[in-house]
Amino acid sequence: MSATMMKTEAAIGVWRLRWRRFRKHRTGMISLVILAALILFVLAAYPMQWLLGIDPNAADLFSRFDPPSPGHYLGMDEAGRDVLVRLMIGGQISLLVGILATLIGGMVGVAIGISAGYFGGKVDNALMRFTDGMIALPLLPLLIVLGAIDLTKLGFSQDFARSGAAGFWRIVVIISIVDWTAIARLVRAATLQIRERDYVRAARAAGASAWYMMATHILPNIATPIIVSFTLTVGRVILSESVLSFLGFGIVPPTPSWGNMLNNAQELVTTAPALAVYPGLLIFITVIAVNFLGDGLQHAFDPRSER
Amino acid sequence: MRRFILQRIGQAALVLLVMSFVIYSLIGLMPGDPLDVMIASNPGATPEVVARLRAIYGLDQPLMYRYGHWLLAAVQGDLGFSRTHSQPVLEVLAPALWVTCKLMLASFVISVSLSLILGISAALRPGGIVDGIINLGAFAGISVPVFWLALMMILVFAVKLHLLPASGIANIDDGGFVDHLRHLIMPVATLALANTGGFTRFVRASMIETLRMDHIRTARAKGNAEGRVVLVHALRNAMIPVVTVMALSFGTLFSGALLTETMFAQPGMGKMIYDSILSNDFNLALSGLLFATLVTLLSNLAADLAYGWLDPRMSR
Repeated sequence: MSATMMKTEAAIGVWRLRWRRFRKHRTGMISLVILAALILFVLAAYPMQWLLGIDPNAADLFSRFDPPSPGHYLGMDEAGRDVLVRLMIGGQISLLVGILATLIGGMVGVAIGISAGYFGGKVDNALMRFTDGMIALPLLPLLIVLGAIDLTKLGFSQDFARSGAAGFWRIVVIISIVDWTAIARLVRAATLQIRERDYVRAARAAGASAWYMMATHILPNIATPIIVSFTLTVGRVILSESVLSFLGFGIVPPTPSWGNMLNNAQELVTTAPALAVYPGLLIFITVIAVNFLGDGLQHAFDPRSER
Repeated sequence: MRRFILQRIGQAALVLLVMSFVIYSLIGLMPGDPLDVMIASNPGATPEVVARLRAIYGLDQPLMYRYGHWLLAAVQGDLGFSRTHSQPVLEVLAPALWVTCKLMLASFVISVSLSLILGISAALRPGGIVDGIINLGAFAGISVPVFWLALMMILVFAVKLHLLPASGIANIDDGGFVDHLRHLIMPVATLALANTGGFTRFVRASMIETLRMDHIRTARAKGNAEGRVVLVHALRNAMIPVVTVMALSFGTLFSGALLTETMFAQPGMGKMIYDSILSNDFNLALSGLLFATLVTLLSNLAADLAYGWLDPRMSR
């Protein structure tokens, strides 16, 4: 009896084991469900638009601040646009910026961290001084300046600089320029731990190139902390995007994002408080769910948290 | 220790120099240029006049030359003139700096004290009910958008309850000390709350790890009271990594200050930088950003000193 049990235990793959541990992490599981629901919510924009015939960007000055009604379940905003559909589309934009900027910035961070950790010495010193300098900076004012840059002065055409696509990619790029430091430090620390393992030294002695060593021996073995760190970064990026769009240096209206829906929030607080509550609440729920998901993943990936 | 400090000062100076160049170049990429207002208000200006003006102000020179020129003046204390305030930049900066320092310092002290109390309480019984509640609160703190938190504070305390003023500051001279404080409550509370979450998580994690160490078991075995073990034996060791994190958080604190100042209309550095970028006040934006960097670097330096004091191994 016990022998067969041992056998099944041994046959379970590492990812199933991790999934089992993750399922026991209550807040992590709840967050996963909430995030799935949020993704369904933001994707529901398409059927909603189609069924109810709503154009999310069309202003109607005769229905400004209309209360909720059938067809417009959360009412209208300050320009007479449907609040619910704009929340859904704004959510798509905010989530997409969060994921894209994390991937781009994350790759920069992984590259810097793994080089610093693997090569050590002067390379490590220079890269880490640079990273520390970056971490210590007041980043929001810097992001605002980057957001204010006139793209035509960088040689882009006038049409592109004014387009919605430019606004979207600009914010993805500037956030990824700034938000890679946490990942870089973490990857460096993880690389340092792996670098002196016997199998890595054996491969090095056998003449493996640095590129090969990083790709086959180091990266796969530090994948789990990287996944956790990427998850937490998504939450931070969503916050940065909302702040920049709120201040007017991010996603430019009429394209909605959860941040720029709060552009006029200071006036809205007195006239239509609900409009100031919804977008912020959605940002808050999304980010807290992402953070708890990261916490749950960390728990699931850590072999010491067996029980 | 002295070598360590000198090294840090050198590093900070280098970061400041590099940043001054980066920001100078970035400001040059913002829309418009320093002459556009002058040109717009003189519709009769011919291209020749504009070209002559550009030459007078040195705008036709290459970037490095202009930067060198600016740097030379800046080290001599001449940061130029703010075109929106019609005052020398330094005279606009100084009072704003004071407002921001007050805001940052007050919230920093509050969030550090709060996070110590909460973090230690949570670490005493990891996984318990108290830990669960504090952990939830800490996650909420790191996940809430600061500007929205400010907005909700205004909604609840100013619009609905009419308890606190929504914006502005009051002079001690005309409104009295109490009124002055009333205007500070919401900005300080917002900034403090936003920072307490992250700090609490670090204090908790570090405390849990320290409480598992051998020297703590020894201290308990020797019959020390639990309170003494936690507050004397564990806390000092647990604080070492926490201080590093707090030291590196001044940049974030400043970013938070920018938002709270903007939301509550506090005439501090953050709001000033934001307004100057919006209104293309190049000199003010440039100096404001550099001062913000300087304040952050100095705070980091101070934290490095605290680190050396906490961990005597560093001083060797």
